[in-house]
Amino acid sequence: MARIGVFICHCGENISATVDVGKVAEAAARIPGVAHSVDYKYMCSDPGQQMVQNAIREKNLTGVVVAACSPRMHEPTFRRACAAAGLNPFLCEMANIREHCSWVHEKGDATTEKAIDIVRTLVAKVKKNKALQPIKVPVTKVAMVIGGGIAGIQASLDIANAGHRVILVEREPSIGGHMSQLSETFPTLDCSQCILTPRMVEVAQHANITLHTYSELESLEGFIGNFKARIRKKARSLDEKLCTGCGLCAQKCPTRRIASEFDAGLGLRPAIYVPFPQAVPNKPVIDREHCTYYLKGKCRLCEKVCPTQAIRFDQEDEIVEVDVGAVVLATGFDIKHSDFFPEYGYGKHKDVIDGLQFERLASASGPTLGEMRRPSDGKVPETVVFVACAGSRDPAKGIEYCSKICCMYTAKHAMLYKHKVHHGKPYVFYMDIRAGGKMYEEFVRRAMEEDGVQYVRGRVSRIFERNGKLVVKGADTLLGARPMEIEADMVVLATAGVAQAGAEELAQKLHVSYDAHKFYAEAHPKLRPVETNTAGIFLAGACQAPKDIPESVAQASGAAAKVAALFSQAELVREPLIAVVDRQAPPLYSSCVGCFLCQSACPYQAIEKEEIRGRDGQLLKTVAKVNPGLCQGCGTCVAFCRTKSIDIQGFSHEQVHAEVLALLNRGDRDA
Amino acid sequence: MKTGFYPGCSMKGSAREYSESLLAVAAALGRDLPEVPDWNCCGATAAHNLDPDLALALPARILAAAEKEGMDEVLVPCAACYSRLSVTRHELLADEALRRRISGLVEADFRGSARVLNIIEWLAAIPGLEGMVKAPFARRVACYYGCLLVRPAGVVNFDRPEEPQSMDLLMKKIGAEPLDWAFKTECCGAGFSVSRTDLVAKLSGLILEDAVARGAEAVIVACPMCHLNLDMRRPNIERRAGKKYHIPVIYITQALGLAMGLPAKKLGLQRHKVAVKFPAANSAAKDI
Amino acid sequence: MPDFEPKIVAFVCNWCTYAGADLTGTSRMKYSPQVSIIRFPCTGRIDFMLLLKAFASGADGIIVSGCHPNDCHYSSGNFHARRRWIIFRGLLDFLGIDVRRVQFSWYGRWGRSRATSACAAWA
Repeated sequence: MARIGVFICHCGENISATVDVGKVAEAAARIPGVAHSVDYKYMCSDPGQQMVQNAIREKNLTGVVVAACSPRMHEPTFRRACAAAGLNPFLCEMANIREHCSWVHEKGDATTEKAIDIVRTLVAKVKKNKALQPIKVPVTKVAMVIGGGIAGIQASLDIANAGHRVILVEREPSIGGHMSQLSETFPTLDCSQCILTPRMVEVAQHANITLHTYSELESLEGFIGNFKARIRKKARSLDEKLCTGCGLCAQKCPTRRIASEFDAGLGLRPAIYVPFPQAVPNKPVIDREHCTYYLKGKCRLCEKVCPTQAIRFDQEDEIVEVDVGAVVLATGFDIKHSDFFPEYGYGKHKDVIDGLQFERLASASGPTLGEMRRPSDGKVPETVVFVACAGSRDPAKGIEYCSKICCMYTAKHAMLYKHKVHHGKPYVFYMDIRAGGKMYEEFVRRAMEEDGVQYVRGRVSRIFERNGKLVVKGADTLLGARPMEIEADMVVLATAGVAQAGAEELAQKLHVSYDAHKFYAEAHPKLRPVETNTAGIFLAGACQAPKDIPESVAQASGAAAKVAALFSQAELVREPLIAVVDRQAPPLYSSCVGCFLCQSACPYQAIEKEEIRGRDGQLLKTVAKVNPGLCQGCGTCVAFCRTKSIDIQGFSHEQVHAEVLALLNRGDRDA
Repeated sequence: MKTGFYPGCSMKGSAREYSESLLAVAAALGRDLPEVPDWNCCGATAAHNLDPDLALALPARILAAAEKEGMDEVLVPCAACYSRLSVTRHELLADEALRRRISGLVEADFRGSARVLNIIEWLAAIPGLEGMVKAPFARRVACYYGCLLVRPAGVVNFDRPEEPQSMDLLMKKIGAEPLDWAFKTECCGAGFSVSRTDLVAKLSGLILEDAVARGAEAVIVACPMCHLNLDMRRPNIERRAGKKYHIPVIYITQALGLAMGLPAKKLGLQRHKVAVKFPAANSAAKDI
Repeated sequence: MPDFEPKIVAFVCNWCTYAGADLTGTSRMKYSPQVSIIRFPCTGRIDFMLLLKAFASGADGIIVSGCHPNDCHYSSGNFHARRRWIIFRGLLDFLGIDVRRVQFSWYGRWGRSRATSACAAWA
């Protein structure tokens, strides 16, 4: 006979405000098989857990239902508590009466009734639960970091310094990411490249780090501690071992008028190129879409001038296979280039540029060598208008979220402009200024007060050209929404920060979830910000949401700490919530008839054939068998099986049937 | 597919030439445009400032009449009427209780089966328009959409609310060169035409100034109110600006009619306050 | 029947819809208490005989909901569920159960507001 203990949590007032917890406890006590039923203010607190443990010992419980928050929140907590009191942890279930009940319904009888329903459902389930033993699996102590921007660099260095091997995969020919494109950084105005390039070199030289640039993840299979990754190394058309990075090829390349990605389209590069002088590795790639040889079949000038004969026109993409135990996603973000606001004339007027282009204009390594000259005619702009929120916080035309970094970088841009053009007039149109961060508000005030940047609170309705000037029409809402026009020489749009191109495809390869804007989803918005829902895959930097450099670095170190913690264990304990095939005594041996429909359903190739032989070695039967190392517990095979011979632990036929019946008030009769 | 025609008050009064040119073009295209029977005022712009029920009831009655007549779509050339009819249709279809109540008020069942079309949508859907062009309208034109044709975006779902392109594309079809200019959707002063002529003179003046500065030979409009302000209020505009503007303001249907070789008289060009004359630069100046 | 309160059972996957329902709670969105949720590892696990069992036991409506296409935590479980659903519709029809009593849908982890409105439309 089952002896179930039911523990109902008030969660302060989170549950008890809308659910009559006393009534739930009374009702639970009347459910057949329930030996103990209590309610308490905070079940997850130390005394609360103690209550559960005492009851297990004193009442000799065979199962526990904690009616509280989501199992995604505290299931591990209570299972641990049960285990400590000698009850198999898999005999403990959570009844979610907070997220699925008290928080989503109004106070009333119906809500309390639903809470009782939920408790009854889980009591019915737990009666059918079986004591399970955790599965132990080995850990491959190698981490793969995807994305070589500042977040990926930081995560790689931290993991490598903890003594573990790291494979860093970067899509572009060089690591460095957006940070390498920036001029100076807020709020200190130190030079971005000066603080970044030493880190890049450290990555290249670190004994524990293997760098794959110009490479992309092809596929990822397996599970935490035991992933198998396939990396596509795109053909650089170059033997990297022979290349010395002398740069002669790039100097001599006759195809020179290609818009440079690194300079955000403001500068030019040849067809064989290193994205920027401090690139790591300092080895060029041939852009086959523009190279004359690939287009027309002749030229090969780079091959002729190369002193070490390193050019390889016939090189093909290479697939590298690696075993890794953990993955850190650090693929970063992009800014929206296309026009949310056609009326701003981005793409139409050369002197309407985006924030990243301004960074290149202000950068000493940029196309103007740091001189403030506008793209159309190279003149020094006398009046510059900066438009914040060009797409952000605008559900009607852009995106609803705040891109977070624009307030700060717009203040920085206006300041940098003023520092370079002393007599210049910078204006900033803004909605609100969000400068939360250490020294951030002070930085914005400095732009206003010391550098004389004119801040206009209002939005821009239109930008058009008149007599060689860019007329910016807007309104000053602090002066009674007075319409105003500014004749500018250049306009900088703080366009919205968006997910990196290809973010969705990558997420699907890794089976991590992402939000409506294709930013990767963290496991918990507050308490698990660097983990994904997929065990063993972690997040760092702006691929999760737009972030500035300090935040990206902090998150990267957080992800690295998680990886190091994972790698500190010799083997991992996995929940045994996996499929099992029926086995029974002779002469049947198993109810499995060997149709192997399950094999075709399994996404993990976890189902094997097992031959059952008699003592004389004669083949009696071929049946299915689940490889517990490969099975992930999705249960697709269970629904496929025609003879119900395969079942999944934790969500067995018995358990879910009992749940459905109990929920629909029929449990007592059928039980 | 039966297309009805809702003229509204302007087309029968101050914008007679819009109606004349539309019907002339429709006849030349072989399109029948029966009027919505027993139509009434759309309510613009007074009703929706005073009484929300009235603002919905007036257009609902028009649409219900069109539906009863078996019309699948209603062509509404006036941009103000187009806005009122579109907004009403949008609101009533989004709220079943409201639809029933308003239907009760007008004692007619509005079901929403008839689509509301503006002039550009109607023209753009006519196949082979290019083939009808006999005398290409080879002018540089500033296509002026005004405020109501493309807004609000969620309701009319027609073109981009800023930087619209559909009229420009139509103009290209008849051989004109649409200019990229800055005042496509700016306000002309609209309803203030009578009460605040000073405002109209300022706002409409800015529109003309930009069109002229960019070398436009004509402003093309699709709204009687825009035409009124840019054409009839020209003396006010000129007084305020202290200079003369000769640029004519032409309805889209008039431009089309000219390109199709229809006589100017039939298109009502003689009714404009500002003579429809083109500068000598492109061709010999002549009255049309 | 204005006071008819249908009893709705939602069979949901642990990764997208269950998490979405948690988020609905965290965001304090409201829906009808007549909707109850049973957790599965994946929609691919859901044996559709359970749906019949639920109808037989008095459920008025059933929601089956999992991850969006291509977002399945287990690669393809949601596709298997979809195929099964297509076949199952025929059986429901044969049994004389209105197919509209089952709502099969994909909801992302953050798309719960849509699910909420779906529930609201039901109740």
